[in-house]
Parts: sequence; C-alpha cells; structure tokens
Amino acid sequence: MRMNGERKFIKGNEAVGYGAMAAGLRCYFGYPITPQNEIPEFLSSALPAAGGEFVQAESELAAANMLLGAVSTGVRAMTSSSSPGISLMQEAISYMAGSELPGVIVNMNRGGPGLGDIGPAQGDYFQSTRGGGHGDYRTLVLAPSTCQEAYDMMIASFDLAFKYRNPVLMLGDGIIGGMKEPVTMWQPERPADHAEAWQVDGAAGREKRLIRSLRLDEGELAQHNRHLAAKYEAMKAEARAECFLTDDAELVVVAFGSMGRIAKSGIRKLRSEGFKVGLVRPITLYPFPADVLETLAAQGKRFLTIEQNTGQMVEDVRLAIRRHADSEFFGMMPGELPGAEDLMAPMLDAVRRK
Amino acid sequence: MAPDIDSITLARETAENVDLTPRPGETLVFDKPRSLRSQNTHYCPGCHHGVAHRLVAELLDEMELREKAIAVSSIGCSVFIYHYLDVDSIEAPHGRGPAAATGLKRARPESFVFTYQGDGDLASIGMAEIMHAANRGERISVVFVNNTVYGMTGGQMAPTTLIGQKTTTCPAGRCLEREGSPIRMAEIMASLGGVAYSARVSLDSVKNIRDAKKAMRRAFQVQTENIGFGFVEVLSGCPTNWRMDAVKANRRIRAEMIPYFPLGVYKDVNTLNPEGER
Ligand SMILES: Cc1ncc(C[n+]2csc(CCOP(=O)(O)OP(=O)(O)O)c2C)c(N)n1
Ligand code: SF4
Ligand SMILES: [Mg+2]
Repeated sequence: MRMNGERKFIKGNEAVGYGAMAAGLRCYFGYPITPQNEIPEFLSSALPAAGGEFVQAESELAAANMLLGAVSTGVRAMTSSSSPGISLMQEAISYMAGSELPGVIVNMNRGGPGLGDIGPAQGDYFQSTRGGGHGDYRTLVLAPSTCQEAYDMMIASFDLAFKYRNPVLMLGDGIIGGMKEPVTMWQPERPADHAEAWQVDGAAGREKRLIRSLRLDEGELAQHNRHLAAKYEAMKAEARAECFLTDDAELVVVAFGSMGRIAKSGIRKLRSEGFKVGLVRPITLYPFPADVLETLAAQGKRFLTIEQNTGQMVEDVRLAIRRHADSEFFGMMPGELPGAEDLMAPMLDAVRRK
Repeated sequence: MAPDIDSITLARETAENVDLTPRPGETLVFDKPRSLRSQNTHYCPGCHHGVAHRLVAELLDEMELREKAIAVSSIGCSVFIYHYLDVDSIEAPHGRGPAAATGLKRARPESFVFTYQGDGDLASIGMAEIMHAANRGERISVVFVNNTVYGMTGGQMAPTTLIGQKTTTCPAGRCLEREGSPIRMAEIMASLGGVAYSARVSLDSVKNIRDAKKAMRRAFQVQTENIGFGFVEVLSGCPTNWRMDAVKANRRIRAEMIPYFPLGVYKDVNTLNPEGER
C-alpha cells in the first residue's frame, strides 16, 4: 500500500486502519461492535493484501489474548473495540502491562454503563487512564479529535508501545469513528523497535526466553513494580496538549477528543464576540499534561472542564491546578451530539461570572 | 538383551545442574532430554505433570523442534512448565492459552507453538478459546492434562470431576442433577472441522505412557505438517487433592477415570474437511 501525500475522504475508523498500516501493522484481532466496525472491515482486506494476518476472534477476551501472543513475537499488532468489549479485554491488558508487552488497543468509546447506547461518549476516561484492569499499572492513552489525528496517532501509538514496552490505548468515540474528513496519508520513518532483545522466536543459539507476569520469588514483584513505576514516570515526557488562544485567556476550557474540537468552535465564536476564552485539549490522557495546566493556573486563569460524562477528567484537571485554582465542570451525556452553541452557554456563564 | 543392572545409571541425584555424563564403567541408558532443564520441579510426589513434561521434552528433541518452539503455559499447577522446559515460553491468562497461541502462530507461522493446559483452564474458563482455536484449525498443538480437579487452588470441582467424586467444593460428591456431567473434551474436539488429530491417553502405566508419547507425537506432527489442529487429552493423577498415595491414584485412573473417559484416537486425518468427518 503506497500512501505518501495522498488525500482521502474517509471515516475516522478507516483512518485508524490506514494509520496502522502505515505504522507497519502485521496482525489484527477483533470482534464486531458498533461504533468501530469499519476498523476490522477495512483491515480484513487491507491487511492480508499486505501480507499480514487478520483474525475475527470469538470474543474480545480472545482478541486481546491473541494480541498478547502476537506481540510476544515482537511484531506490530493491534485490536480495536468499543466500551463493553474493552471491559472484556482488561485482564489481558493487565497481563501485557505486567509482562511489558507493546499491544496497541483502540477504544471507540460508546455510552455506558452496561450496554448503554452506541452514541458517542467519554465515560471510559477513568478506565483508560487508571490502568483499567487489576493491579498497579498504567497504559499510555492518546485521544484524537480529528480523522487526521486518528491516522497520526496510530503511528505514534505503535512507536510509543515499543519505546516503552507497554500497552498503548487510543481513546476515540463514536463521533471520531463515524465522521468523514479528508486525511493526508503519510509514510513515517519507522524507529527501531528493538524487540530482538526480548521477543520469543525460538531459543536457537541463545538462552531460552520467558514472557510472564507471575513473580513469586521473595521481593521479585516489589522490584518489578518499582521498575514499572519508574517507567511510568519516564513516560511523563510524552505528555502533550494543544493550547488554543490560552495566552491572554481569562477562562481556560479543558476538553479532550471530540468535545475538545467542538469546544474549539465555540471558543472561536466567543472570541469574535470579545470574550477571552482559550482551550487546552489534552492529546495524551495518560500521561496527563498537568504541567501545561499548572503553568496557566499560576498565571491566574480560571478553568472550565467539559466532558461527555458526569465528571472524570475534571479530577485530573483539579489535581494539576490545585495550588492555584479550581475547575468548574460541564457534562454532556452519552448520545447527546452537542453543537458549538451547546458548549458556548456554560463557557459564557463561567467567563462572565468572574 | 537386558542391560547389566550395574551399568545402569538412572540419575545420580535430583539436585540442580547435576553432571549426568557417565563415569568410567557406566553406560548411560536413560538421559535427560535436552529440552528439559536441570531443575527440580515443584510437583507433588506421584503427580503426572512431570511425566507429561518429560514426554513433551523428549518429542521436542526427537522432532528437532526445541529451537523452533514457543510454549504457552496456562494457569494451574503446570504454570511453571516455563521454568522446566528449555524453550521460549509465554504465560497466558487462565484459559486463554489457545487465543495467545493463535496470536503467536499467526505472527510467526514458522514457529512450533503449543499450549499445555489443565482441565479447569481448558474445559471451564477457557472453553470458548479452545473450541474456536480448534474450529479455526489453528496450526497449534494442545496438551490437555485432565486430573479431574483444580489442582493449584486446592482441589475444587473441575468440569471433568466424575459423578460422585468428592472435592472441596462438592464435598458430598459431584451430583449429576446439580453440577452436570463430566465433559469429554477429546470427543468434542474430534467433532470440529479444524481438528486434524484428537486422542485421549493416560499416564497410569508404562504401556499407557508409551502410547501417550505416540499420540503427542502425532498431535505435534499435524502442526509441523501443516494439516490442522492437534489435541491430546492426558488422564493424570493428582494424589494430593485426591487424598491418596501415588499407587492408589494410578489405580483410580484405571478403575474410575478410563471407564468414563475411554482411551483412544478419536480423529486422525491427513486433510481437513468441512464436515469435520473423522
Ligand atoms: C481469572 C482467574 N480465575 C481464577 C484463577 C485461579 N486459578 C488458578 S489455577 C486454577 C485452576 C487450575 O486447575 P487446572 O486447570 O485443572 O490445573 P491443575 O492445577 O489441576 O493442573 C484457578 C481456578 C486465576 N488464576 N485466574
Ligand atoms: S496438586 Fe495435584 S496437580 Fe498439582 S502438583 Fe500436586 S499432585 Fe500435581
Ligand atoms: Mg486439573
């Protein structure tokens, strides 16, 4: 597949597929669920055509464990799903974190709890950024707000997964997955994955290797978890956020993914009416771009966090700015498709209040 | 001709890293397979996991698969097979071995991939994964150790626990009405289109151990010859949780297990067919 510079008008889900292919995807495993079905549908033909392997798994449980097996051999592999399916994958994600395996997982967040609905939502923020499964671990989490970013972030996801030998989650939603936009295809320079140092590929001419998470020897798990903690600390260097008109802003809106993008439209309109509102859109949700927010808070700005849930990321915002400020919160509910005006009302409230 | 008993060295010691090269006047007639590491196992006396490991290791040597092999260990007493076999290994979550093996084999078709799973792991929590990996005809081999209990967690009821058998969670004996009947995996596997080989063997006697090795060889072969999915169910003793000594455990396999879980080859084909015919 040659795709340098070409522009395609595609859905976010397809952009995920194209981005993964550009990143050198070798294996995909997945189970159907709305709103991400275009990902497996696209890859079921594109991946085998490029010599890769596509497997429709019997469940998300199986898909995530197929991923665990495939990445153990050092190849670039991924799975994708939406909220209920991601819940089923948590045990395997925890094992991958414990075994330091670079699995890439895409979640097109839908409404919950339970079966919820199939509309866009951001209710999986806690699950995504707090590890999600059992045990003391973290995954890197990236949150696209455009189809182009979905493409770009797939490339970043694989690079980061191998750089840190850690699962990486891309958290989109039903808007990102289903919306069509022009996307510029580009072929990245691929960094060395350095998997030869740890992958299992048969103990020929070397000591056998073992990929595991069970650590029973005295002090072994404690030492390993400290090693993981140090790795998560090092990951903080990857924290990224988009800052839009924050320099002179009196009110900083914090919103991620689709909500960040819609908030941005609202902010443009408010600016044209003279209101000094800016936006911080976290691009990485874990590590959370706390420094950016703290710096703005220290300048005396006020904050409003907007999410499509009842208040999850706002906890991280408050933690980041706690020495200087607090954040107000406005929540949309799953399935509500807000326009810029819907988000402008709470912004106006907040900016006028002083 | 039977070898002179004086010249037989079975094993000098059981400690780790023992030098087994014959001393002057000794003939080595029973060696440790290359694929087995010189390491004590943690298994209880009379446990059959060690015997099954040895058969796997002998076959990896004989079929020259050691350097191509990736073992998938499962969650149960045998999770530490990854310490005992001298092959690359990964650890799958409880029951998910066949899914992890699918991922390994799809990513590296040139590797020899096998899972080693207990009855709780494979026939209870992992039932969906084994059924679908087998049905897809994944080119993997599965060694399924059926000891009719959950060994690792202390002898609870397994899906293979016999009717009337007492365990820590069916203290009055497994009851057909309440807990259903023991699952016969070798027969179920044979009914699936992706399976090239399915057999049930036992480790209770020398003869049966020899037959077990033959069956395992074929279950490995259907993978190396790219025919289909290979499955061997191995009836095994768990003296500890059966609350009996090793000799009685072997007798129990003959008297109670084999009548319900008949030994034999349930399927052996050279090409897969969609009807799953034998
Ligand atoms: C998700 C999950 N549930 C339960 C357990 C606890 N557990 C560990 S081993 C085991 C049963 C193993 O029994 P079996 O597969 O028959 O192996 P055996 O020990 O008898 O060889 C269980 C239930 C676990 N590790 N993970
Ligand atoms: S508990 Fe049973 S299966 Fe486990 S090591 Fe002991 S005898 Fe073997
Ligand atoms: Mg068992």
